[in-house]
Amino acid sequence: MKKEIITLAHGSGGRPTQDLIERHILPRFDSTPLKQLLDSALLECSGRLAFTTDAFVVHPIFFPGGDIGKLAVSGSINDLAAVAAEPLFLSASLILEEGLEVEELDRVLESMSRTCKEAGVALVTGDTKVVEKGAGDKLYISTSAIGVRRQIPDPQPALISPGDAILVTGPIGEHGMAVLQARESFFCNLELQSDCAPVWPLIDSLLKAGLKINAMRDPTRGGLATTLAELARESGLCLQAEEDKIPIGETVRAACDMLGLDPLYLACEGRMVIILPKKNAEKALTVLKGHPLGTQAMLIGECLEKPEGVALLSTRIGGRRVLAPLSGEQLPRIC
Amino acid sequence: MLSLEPREVLSKISKMGVSARFMEVCGTHTVSIARSGLKKLLPDSVKLISGPGCPVCVTAQVDIDYAIALARQPGVIVATFGDMVRVPGTETSLLEARASGGKVEVVYSPMDSLNLARAHPKEEVVFLAVGFETTAPLIARTVQTAKAENIPNLSFLVLHKLIPPAMRALLALKEIQLDGFILPGHVSAILGSKPFLFLKEEFHLPGVITGFEPDDILLALFMLVKQKREDRADIEIQYRRAVRPEGNPQALKVMEEVFEPQEANWRGLGIIPESGLALRQPYWDFDARRRFPLKIMGSREYPACGCGEVLRGVISPQECPLFGRVCTPDSPVGPCMVSSEGSCAAAYHYEEHP
Repeated sequence: MKKEIITLAHGSGGRPTQDLIERHILPRFDSTPLKQLLDSALLECSGRLAFTTDAFVVHPIFFPGGDIGKLAVSGSINDLAAVAAEPLFLSASLILEEGLEVEELDRVLESMSRTCKEAGVALVTGDTKVVEKGAGDKLYISTSAIGVRRQIPDPQPALISPGDAILVTGPIGEHGMAVLQARESFFCNLELQSDCAPVWPLIDSLLKAGLKINAMRDPTRGGLATTLAELARESGLCLQAEEDKIPIGETVRAACDMLGLDPLYLACEGRMVIILPKKNAEKALTVLKGHPLGTQAMLIGECLEKPEGVALLSTRIGGRRVLAPLSGEQLPRIC
Repeated sequence: MLSLEPREVLSKISKMGVSARFMEVCGTHTVSIARSGLKKLLPDSVKLISGPGCPVCVTAQVDIDYAIALARQPGVIVATFGDMVRVPGTETSLLEARASGGKVEVVYSPMDSLNLARAHPKEEVVFLAVGFETTAPLIARTVQTAKAENIPNLSFLVLHKLIPPAMRALLALKEIQLDGFILPGHVSAILGSKPFLFLKEEFHLPGVITGFEPDDILLALFMLVKQKREDRADIEIQYRRAVRPEGNPQALKVMEEVFEPQEANWRGLGIIPESGLALRQPYWDFDARRRFPLKIMGSREYPACGCGEVLRGVISPQECPLFGRVCTPDSPVGPCMVSSEGSCAAAYHYEEHP
């Protein structure tokens, strides 16, 4: 049977566009504002809001453990989670390249729908455009999300204090390495899975346990090292991590050794760096480990007064080195 | 001794009370030393100096410019390891050449260039073969495969270099005083230990071939310090799990079949006889220089760039006047700040500096 593909007509705004929306998009999302098909989604919510937006251009669009759809939904949700905001509404704009197989689009939409359900967020509005063959790479997605802030004060680097504990919710670098695996044939026998996931349910469990969080950030592009360097700079404190406490899977470690990559700079898409008062660290760790998304959470370090504004790593042999922000591209187009 | 904890080895090194300066000539060692913070753990009397151990860094400016000129040729795709992409040439870099329409593909193995050539039959793929003895056998095998499978649109810009001749040239300059070498594990896995015997015979200097974990390097340092105290100059192997004295005969054979030694132009060291590799006559059809005889004019390094002195161990990265001010990983002036194995990049990323 001939494979159905996306053509420029699907972006015309006319009947083929309508057909794409009604047959492929609407049935997958249980959302009244979306199904109304008005020019804007009509929403009800009150309180202290958070709003975020992100674009996704990952290549390839399918990789072990995820795809661009799961990534696009998770990415915006995780940005909300980083300020302790419960995700409510999501928008998604799809930029399709002419020639994309409709079957592939369906798989991505299915994955977006599943991820929305997991995180309890509703897709309420969207847009679809088509560009000529060669003007894009199969499929780009931009998402925005609105959430309700659940903690007062909102977690932010300015709240970090000397003595705070630094936690990471799971093994790092798995997304970056999984995307690389999907691109490079020589990796075919490695068992790698992206960690890509919406982390809100995990953060929600911490908030429900009454644990006050001083700051959070999801270590995406630039990895854990860049995230710690940023938080150190923004808080004016020293964030010190211990090399042998940082969870890194054996496969990621081995692949990094082989390629000369530093796992501390590889992207995660389903992890969170959490900074909270030391007295709450053990309880937070227990809560995290009790949730499926946080079974391998670790306490990786602490915040110090000096040296100001830098992240440091205590190495396994007892040395110390700076964790500088990533410069240049370690791996392009991973999200 | 292998079961010793790093701290115990450090304490043994301190107790020897030896004052010495050792050089590593492998970028992976440079990075491992910087990443682990090892230098600061050593007693003040033991100093580590980085040498010409980063293949991208020792590539001459004129060769970088040649690669960039290739990327600008219509119908040419340059395939390269990622480290080369951001290295600044005289006017521009491969990255900038790509941004303005040149075709540059990052590959992770030379074998990928075969697939690239098969996938683009109407274009010419040129693989930038930059490296030392470690990667030369794999490049040689790729060239043989290209010939056996008759892939007409693939060629190789061979910039491969050999470590022992560069070490000899460096010592002959007598610019720096050294007490021994931390010898490269991967290079020695191919070459074996014999090609380093000249250190003992001509310069009465010890060398220890070692692996890449900080523990390996510490043990090698202990062995070097011990030799120094006993006034010995032997070539020892700490990295026995990977290196045999005779090297890897199969790898050496394939290298020998495809390449012959020829003079090479090193950044910082200039032209050194028999220090590079060239394709042998049966493989000339795959030589990018023969296929694309481009004239490169006016190549020059950035004035005041200290990469040459850094590569010879004459200055440390932090002693370069441009380090961290004019030259950073985000706007690199010389290759040592770009390559993931460069000593300036390692110092900038991992060591504390103002």
